[in-house]
Amino acid sequence: MDRVPIAKIGTTLFVTIQIDLQDESVMRLQEDLAEELAATGARGVLIDITAVEIVDSFIGRMLTMIGAISRLFDAETVLVGMRPAVAITLTELGLSLRGVRTALNAEKGLELLSGRA
Amino acid sequence: MDELPIRSGDDVVRVRQQVRAVAERSGLSLVDQTKLVTAASELARNALIHGGGGIVRLEVVTSAIGRAGVRLEFADEGPGIGDIDQAMTDGWTSGNGLGLGLSGARRLVDEFELTSKPGSGTNVVVVKWSR
Repeated sequence: MDRVPIAKIGTTLFVTIQIDLQDESVMRLQEDLAEELAATGARGVLIDITAVEIVDSFIGRMLTMIGAISRLFDAETVLVGMRPAVAITLTELGLSLRGVRTALNAEKGLELLSGRA
Repeated sequence: MDELPIRSGDDVVRVRQQVRAVAERSGLSLVDQTKLVTAASELARNALIHGGGGIVRLEVVTSAIGRAGVRLEFADEGPGIGDIDQAMTDGWTSGNGLGLGLSGARRLVDEFELTSKPGSGTNVVVVKWSR
């Protein structure tokens, strides 16, 4: 199983997903992020999915849960870089990713989070 | 025709990659490729989790009017589905998912056929046509 690395810069945790996500990797990421949030007191989580080719119902549910878990640590999650084909497919699948903020790219996502530093 | 096993999470990733390659080769648009790969991911996970593993067969097909498409057949030998109508309902789940796996997969493809009987596994055939 491949692990998704987490980098902390300032008060933000950066996650760039660059592997073909299998279910175990996403669940591991959720646990790793919760531990990092608790250990560092980070105020924001920025997840870059520019390289992610599909988001199915399981991955979508995990992203929603990461948003909910972050909130319990007083941190906000922003999902950035979603591909147009992924956005269309997610909508047709019936997933709204409620509770997760989105931004066009990492720069705009950071702007969203910077209000919380 | 290609045939791939679905026995682990790694296999689910391989199924996605192989479906992507076949969909690309048969001329599906990027959005249609993404829809088909996403549907395949849902169905492969179902076969793994609810069917205890299975196989998928991938095939490039041609319609009566000459359109190219991709046909996928997922087969498992799990416990099967007792109430198919219920299993196909948005939001109905046998586990802790969102209940969008089967119903979502059906929306993402052009043809969808599910056959299952309790005790004799589940078979799902989907087709996505190029436009």
